[in-house]
Amino acid sequence: MPGITREEVAHLARLARLELKPEELEHFAGQLDDIIGAVARVSEVADQDVPPTSHPLPLTNVMRADEVRPSLTPEQALSGAPAQEQQRFKVPQILGED
Amino acid sequence: MTTTTDLVSYEDALASYDPVMGLEVHVELGTKTKMFCGCSTELGAEPNSQTCPTCLGMPGALPVVNAIGIESAIKIGLALNCEIAEWCRFARKNYFYPDMPKNFQTSQYDEPIAFDGYLDVQLEDGETFRVQIERAHMEEDTGKSLHVGGATGRIHGASHSLLDYNRAGIPLIEIVTKPIEGAGARAPEVARAYVRELRELIKALGVSEARMEQGQMRCDVNLSLRPHGREKFGTRSETKNVNSLRSVERAARFEIQRHAAVLNGGGTIIQETRHFHEDTGSTTSGRVKEEAEDYRYFPEPDLVPIAPSRAWVEEIRSGLPELPLARRNRLLAEWGISAADMQSILNAGALDLILASIDAGADAASARKWWMGELARSANESGVPLDGLAITPEQVARVTELVSKGDLNDKLARQVIEGVLAGEGTPDEVVEKRGLKVVSDEGALTTAVEEAIAGNPGIADKIRGGKVAAAGALVGAVMKATRGQADAARVKELILEKLGVSEG
Repeated sequence: MPGITREEVAHLARLARLELKPEELEHFAGQLDDIIGAVARVSEVADQDVPPTSHPLPLTNVMRADEVRPSLTPEQALSGAPAQEQQRFKVPQILGED
Repeated sequence: MTTTTDLVSYEDALASYDPVMGLEVHVELGTKTKMFCGCSTELGAEPNSQTCPTCLGMPGALPVVNAIGIESAIKIGLALNCEIAEWCRFARKNYFYPDMPKNFQTSQYDEPIAFDGYLDVQLEDGETFRVQIERAHMEEDTGKSLHVGGATGRIHGASHSLLDYNRAGIPLIEIVTKPIEGAGARAPEVARAYVRELRELIKALGVSEARMEQGQMRCDVNLSLRPHGREKFGTRSETKNVNSLRSVERAARFEIQRHAAVLNGGGTIIQETRHFHEDTGSTTSGRVKEEAEDYRYFPEPDLVPIAPSRAWVEEIRSGLPELPLARRNRLLAEWGISAADMQSILNAGALDLILASIDAGADAASARKWWMGELARSANESGVPLDGLAITPEQVARVTELVSKGDLNDKLARQVIEGVLAGEGTPDEVVEKRGLKVVSDEGALTTAVEEAIAGNPGIADKIRGGKVAAAGALVGAVMKATRGQADAARVKELILEKLGVSEG
């Protein structure tokens, strides 16, 4: 079963906005291939009667009442922001749209 | 706009091509708190004052879904005649854009909570068109960006952007239609009627105020053309965030004309998002659409599946209010009006106001008459929506009550309404201040009638001779003498009585 190709890793890196050098691409492609191979072995064991699982707990319908809880103050919310202006998070120019 | 877009006439476009549409409507739910945390959703709060570790996407913060959010989604699904999933999950939609601090939006992917429904919508001429619903799924809204350094808050030319995350995490329901085929030249009208019907439905369910001008409801218009007779769809464009009914119609119309021009010129339509411009009614290119796989959807591991029990679903179903189309059809029959009359009432935004006046005691005919007559005119002249007038449905009901008791006639009632709209107070206060009372003092009326007869002997003779219709002139004279404050019907009775004639 094919794992992950170098091109696919490059594509993912681009989507994740990660700048990877050619040798890094090579390196991660190898590692990710191993990981995917390991995970693929699970599907060999899981037969049709085992439903796909996205959560380890056998729970459904965990909900909360629609009641307001205290929020952070704007100061707290912004305390970790690298830059701020007008009580807002300041981010670099957004490219690629409009 | 520095570039102009080639268009062909709407008629020519339709002569060669068949439009296919897909409409995606986002509705912000009116819950008190966000979808996955307890932060308030109140509008108008100062920036970043309604956030917490969960909606800011801090490591380790865990979301818990809002029960009313789920219930509202089920209500919408049922009202749209959808199946409700027995089991479904949330999914992460991964993308890098600073409007979501988590770098993903919690949404639903291949397991929407509601699917396979339909909504019947009525067109201007009363014809019904059935729009098939593909799905309705739950997700969350994004933060608000402010672009600094460019022209008027646009991204283009901006040096940086400022983010307010108060809106990030507010519950959204996205409702997606199946391809709408067969509407032909009426496609833009169908789009508008669909969004309007959906808005009425959402309001009737009480899950959102669905105010489009406030962005609580917005529509993405997907449109493609195919030559007549071809089965396969053409390439579509997606015009994003169209936020008024009129704009939905205009955007669809513009795209039909634009696509036709491109195709006629031998070009191909690029699959892309487009922006609609309210001022010109045109669209311009946005970004080229990313492939679905690029969002790398996967099941949200921090939320457990939703499995609405059939008992719960049925309980919600039985609690649904009468839906707008059914209500309109019932009222149509009860009031004995035509589909066209009902359409004008809807277009005027008068239905809820008329019903509220009826609830406050007005009879249906009078409530319709005032809202669709005097008040609609007044709203039109001052350029405000009907519900923006300075008069309440209760006050209109009070005016109709004064008329039916005989304290006011229609002419005086108009003056009372004018006074209320001018801010002179309640109907009773205006009556008091302006001294507007029907003269019901029989003595004073009798004197006025006698004077009118004496002053118009020729007319009086005609009436005596059996020309009852001539009485109108004498009624007019009495109304003039009493400055309009007499009850015209009573005046006529008195005149005929005096002259010894009976009507009919």
